[in-house]
Amino acid sequence: MGAPESYHLTHLEQLEAESIHIIREVAAEFERPVMLYSVGKDSSVMARLAQKAFYPAPLPFPLLHVDTGLKFPEMYEFRDRFCGEVGANLVVYQAPEVADPAVNPWDLGTVRCCALLKTRALLDALRAGGYDAALGGARREEERSRAKERVYSFRDARGQWDPKRQRPELWNLYNGRLVRGEHMRVFPLSNWTELDIWLYVEREAIPVVPLYFARPRPVVVRDGQMIPVYEHTRLHAGEDLRELMCRCRTLGCYTCTGVIPSTAATVPDIVAEMRTARRSERITRIIDHDQDGSMEQKKREGYF
Amino acid sequence: MMGSSYSASSTGQTDILRFMLAGSVDDGKSTLIGRLLHDTGAVYEDHLDSLRRRAAQLGQAGPDLSLLTDGLRAEREQGITIDVAYRYFATPKRRFIVADAPGHEQYTRNMATAASTADVAVVLIDATRGVLTQSKRHAFIASLLGVPHQIVAVNKMDLVGYAEEVFERIRAEYLTFADRLECRHFTFVPVSALAGDNVVKPGVKMPWYSGPTLLSCLEQLDRGGLRDCLGLVDLRLPVQYVLRPSADFRGYAGTLASGIIRTGDEVLVLPGGRRTRVRRLIHDRRDVQYAFAPQAIAVCLEDEIDVGRGDMIVHPANLPWLAEELELIVVWMHEQPLRPGCEYLIKQTTNLVHARPSQIHYEIDPDTLRRRPAESLGLNAIGRMTCQLMRPLLCDEYSRNRQTGAVIFVDPIGNFTVGAGVIIDRSHRYRRPADEEPADLAPKSTPDRLGLRDRVGLDTPPQRLALLRQRACTIWLTGLSGAGKSTLASALEERLLAGGYSCVILDGDRLRSTLNRDLGFSPADRKENIRRTAGLARLFNEAGVTAIVALISPYREDRQLARQAIGCERFVEVYVDAPLDVCEARDPKGLYRRARAGDLPQFTGVSAPYEPPERPDVRIPTAEMPPDAALERLWAVLDKRGALLEHS
Repeated sequence: MGAPESYHLTHLEQLEAESIHIIREVAAEFERPVMLYSVGKDSSVMARLAQKAFYPAPLPFPLLHVDTGLKFPEMYEFRDRFCGEVGANLVVYQAPEVADPAVNPWDLGTVRCCALLKTRALLDALRAGGYDAALGGARREEERSRAKERVYSFRDARGQWDPKRQRPELWNLYNGRLVRGEHMRVFPLSNWTELDIWLYVEREAIPVVPLYFARPRPVVVRDGQMIPVYEHTRLHAGEDLRELMCRCRTLGCYTCTGVIPSTAATVPDIVAEMRTARRSERITRIIDHDQDGSMEQKKREGYF
Repeated sequence: MMGSSYSASSTGQTDILRFMLAGSVDDGKSTLIGRLLHDTGAVYEDHLDSLRRRAAQLGQAGPDLSLLTDGLRAEREQGITIDVAYRYFATPKRRFIVADAPGHEQYTRNMATAASTADVAVVLIDATRGVLTQSKRHAFIASLLGVPHQIVAVNKMDLVGYAEEVFERIRAEYLTFADRLECRHFTFVPVSALAGDNVVKPGVKMPWYSGPTLLSCLEQLDRGGLRDCLGLVDLRLPVQYVLRPSADFRGYAGTLASGIIRTGDEVLVLPGGRRTRVRRLIHDRRDVQYAFAPQAIAVCLEDEIDVGRGDMIVHPANLPWLAEELELIVVWMHEQPLRPGCEYLIKQTTNLVHARPSQIHYEIDPDTLRRRPAESLGLNAIGRMTCQLMRPLLCDEYSRNRQTGAVIFVDPIGNFTVGAGVIIDRSHRYRRPADEEPADLAPKSTPDRLGLRDRVGLDTPPQRLALLRQRACTIWLTGLSGAGKSTLASALEERLLAGGYSCVILDGDRLRSTLNRDLGFSPADRKENIRRTAGLARLFNEAGVTAIVALISPYREDRQLARQAIGCERFVEVYVDAPLDVCEARDPKGLYRRARAGDLPQFTGVSAPYEPPERPDVRIPTAEMPPDAALERLWAVLDKRGALLEHS
């Protein structure tokens, strides 16, 4: 009769099963689904879950990267390699303004820059591709306003999110019904925490961008954030460069993403660091601090 | 695959407990969640900082923990929460997902949403106000949605002087009400969320309370217990997606709603009803020998069958209902009321079908549990109804299966999710009160059913057959002590459970230490031992449960009486045959040694006779075959006799 059978699932396996169920549900029920790919750790995990969901078949949807042109150079390198390994069909969308040198957070401010290059660009990209469902890697634990986000987040024909019009979500019975023009954002990682993501990266040996690992990097301190300095980083008068042993906790544009001081150079190091983390991960996103309740505002407008 | 640093201790091989928190802002619910998150270290410094700044602005002494869980700006302005929010925290023992169900507007709808996935409901009661109608509503909805445990947190104990009488009075009142609910598991904890007593840390102010803190309750709750009873029995694999990467591969992907599936299993694909076998099982990108709920898997079948989304893969002896009409308890969630004759879409497992409610039987007042007639069900109403389906659905009773017994209603035009329903037993069809006469309250003996009962004699009542969907029998293992009866009984039990049959072992030794402890080993006592055991087996069979009897039962006449008591059509006599010298050499309990020494008088085989069966249904020579083969032989006989087959 073989080895004794065990019927226990660890918490990661429970989360994995739930996520795969959601991803398959999207593939089955929508006409043109797409998986948003932001190159970050959550995207890496989501792509792995999708591989598992459809094995041995290839992913039945493309990965969509909404590129601001301002991502860390390491991210572009990683993106192309990763998508090749996964065997995914990568679609890159850039807003027309990406080519405009005046569109940058230093001249426009982070709020307007984000609105153009990310929020509007995402809606345009979805429209251009005719996508009716976009799988995203957002987690409820990430930010307070996301605690009430549904797994299936309904967006009207203008791409807007209205907290009052979200559908009740019971059991694992997701309601994906839409009329033309509307779309659904779907978050299969809703119930994962940042620690779960890293434990899963460790367990599955999932590749992630090297920016997550600590090493000495040149940084500049600005508005309480430590911003890594790249070739095109604009330095303000009186700002000094210094070298810091640090890593990124979340990834975004190199212009607006801070680092944290850290010596965690491997995934197990990060897991250990995470267990004692005292600050939330979005603390290093400049845009989240622009105004109180800002994430909710951005979400209403269609930001991820 | 796993890194070398990945170990049980570093990852904490824990499971996830989902609990819902029911209560209103006035009960101190937000403070309680804030307290749980704060005291388990789940609150980040920067979040706490923003609360401290806010407290300073308002001139308050310390941060208001209740604000930790206030997500949306509109709610923060109104000071209330209007939607279910999900929170996350962990201890070294377990990870928790909290469904925070708000207590004000849209109340029932939110409660039901939170309860649908909860393993346990924490019901918050304000000690200064006692058990309110809304507390009863919480208890009822959690129970209706099948939440198996309730933890009642009696909060604000600091405001009642930490008085034991207050706590005891609330407990007694709650239990009186809860007696009318399906839920049977209640735990009560006196807490002060504000002061932190008995939430995470024990409260020193209540020396009279020696029970666990709220967090300890949540950590210790046996989530597996319930799942193992039911969740692994009925194989239900709703097909979600068809994988067809190439001409030579066709796999059916889905999440196991319940049960265990193994390669080689004989399965039925419903509703088509084609019978085939499992050729491959794929989980985690590799082939596996077995899989269990709630894993997300893919299945390849032996035969080329047309299988698609919405079909269900099951074991042939354990079938769901194929329902063209559903009896439901519905929680309505939309301003536009539910009315008979209106058309809706119902989503159940991976199916979406058109449906039309034909009749609303009654509405239930969740505060009093009273039923009243209703023509429609408005927002937040709960009621019982019958619903016609345009296409049949494969389902189970919700109390048996929280996956295949659940439905949502979708408005086919606006696409909003307008309601949720749980499927109830179709054999308990509701009759209008006007039709009900006292005589009808007893199980109805329709001529049809009487005929059935007359024909098959001692058969299981039809309602129970419908419930358990198996033909119960008694498998009577007779043989010398040490012949291998208990071993075979255990192996058989395991196989039966895995196949979706519900069964019980009646083991001679265990019965002799309990029910039959007044009996000795004289022929008369042995006869009485067998009479009682046979009576017990019959009771189980009538309740739809298969009984495996492991009893020396040395006398032919006694076994014949057992056969008659149980009914020959469901009595399977198994001769577990091993020569005396083999049994004596095995002597697992040292009984032969004691019998030979004269310690045990009237010991079968030594000082009392054993009369082997003349025509057993099967003889299992355990000295000549390994346990696996023994089980296979027995199984084949049971299968051939149809003792296990589904009663359709």
